[in-house]
Amino acid sequence: MILDDFMIRAGLAGIGTALAAAPLGCFVVWRRMAYFGDATAHAAILGVALSLALSLPVFVGALLVALVMATLVTLLAGRGYAMDTLLGVMAHSALAFGLVAVSFLGGVRIDVMGYLFGDILSVSRGDLGVIWGGAALVLALTIWRWSALLTATLNPDLARAAGIDPRREEMILTLALAIVVAVAIKVVGVLLITALLIIPAATARPFARTPETMAGIAALLAMVAAWGGLRASYALDTPTGPTIVCGLALMFCASSVISSVKSRA
Amino acid sequence: MRKGERVTAPLVSVTGLTVHHGSAPILQDVDFSIAPGEIVTIVGPNGSGKSTLLRAVLGGLRPSAGCVTRRAGLRLSYVPQRLVLDATLPMTVARFLSLPHRVTPEATGEALARAGVPGIGTRQMAALSGGQFQRVLLARALIAQPELLILDEATAGLDQQGAASFYRQIEQVRTQTGCAILMVSHDLHVVMSASDRVICVNGHICCEGTPEVVAEAPIYRALFGEGTQGALALYRHHHDHTHGPQTDQQPGSGHDHGASCGARTTPQGADE
Repeated sequence: MILDDFMIRAGLAGIGTALAAAPLGCFVVWRRMAYFGDATAHAAILGVALSLALSLPVFVGALLVALVMATLVTLLAGRGYAMDTLLGVMAHSALAFGLVAVSFLGGVRIDVMGYLFGDILSVSRGDLGVIWGGAALVLALTIWRWSALLTATLNPDLARAAGIDPRREEMILTLALAIVVAVAIKVVGVLLITALLIIPAATARPFARTPETMAGIAALLAMVAAWGGLRASYALDTPTGPTIVCGLALMFCASSVISSVKSRA
Repeated sequence: MRKGERVTAPLVSVTGLTVHHGSAPILQDVDFSIAPGEIVTIVGPNGSGKSTLLRAVLGGLRPSAGCVTRRAGLRLSYVPQRLVLDATLPMTVARFLSLPHRVTPEATGEALARAGVPGIGTRQMAALSGGQFQRVLLARALIAQPELLILDEATAGLDQQGAASFYRQIEQVRTQTGCAILMVSHDLHVVMSASDRVICVNGHICCEGTPEVVAEAPIYRALFGEGTQGALALYRHHHDHTHGPQTDQQPGSGHDHGASCGARTTPQGADE
């Protein structure tokens, strides 16, 4: 059976995650939520620790903590501290508490590095099911709410006049973000999830004239990087998650060079 | 006639509206309504709560007291004061007009033409001039065929000539489509001449009525000085024709709080 090959499983896991993360990442870029993504992702390590302590699936714990974190940030926003300060405090506190919590779980041998930087080569069939299930859900949410999300992103009052509740759209976006984080832990780890969200979108920007083409190009680039990074890490014997992100970074550099040459011509 | 009354039932009515920001009151006990086909302008100094009133009508904030009632199924469109498109968001004019609902290329072209910017559908929003941008916002608002069009300082970035031509467009739209228009503006003399009714707000409704009535009101003069009065006269010729449904216009706000108003503004009013 084709899924018996760990490389195939890893490739499918990477492509699924990339496909869901890239279009969502466009909203993260348009709404300037990169730090927000970071905070949510870093908090997930705390969720991992909780899951292991309570013998829950890692996906469930990470999803719950990411959701709690995202809600907390939304509630605390605009109460005295600037958003980036608040997110900086929350992101790194959550990461630190998560790492400390993991260290308490002395009984089980835990590969912390696997959660920080991903462990895509060990993706099981069950993992693959969870990853594709989550990715499909996020992709469906993004497509279903696309127009409303886009309108709310442009201007909340514009959305209200059209009968759209911008706060509801924001909550849907937060939910989708939490699912992507929970899904992507296995693939690139909590420290690199934001890269998977924003680099494809930023790379696609110079080549797009509409929001839809930007999301499409971003998804395509992310899938190419996921597959290419996996092959490269196999050939070069390098860690897979970081290799995928290196691939994305190189694409971003190429895109920047091409667009600056184009605009000068 | 009973029938006629039903037609002019208000699109939106606001009763006893009070809004606080933290503990500070922004608006207190505001009553107002807008009838079909009416052009109503809200004027007031900075921080007087004009934009807050608009947002309350849009449903964007929770009043501390009072209520905002919209006619069931009311189609309303909104032209914001400023729309900042993030540089990372690619957007053609045509795509923008299809938000949130897809419209046909014909409808897009027609709306752009009616707003005075024909044939720019393929341009990027970021590449438009200030005047073009505002007209594209107007085109998008018109595509929904609104019964009520709400404009918040829609000419903030335009020079006087651009603003005047923008408001002529607005009057044309009302004449053509019969939609009611509620706007907030600083361009007092231009806007007021195009209005059926002007509401002067400063935390509450200070005075209300036809442009002429409001311009003569002492409280209005106290808030805005004498300068605008001459300019209003200058533009008064725009108003020598009648348009659309006529509505009753009452001098004054219909509720009495003149004493506190007068007391607060007497020192400024003394320059007469």
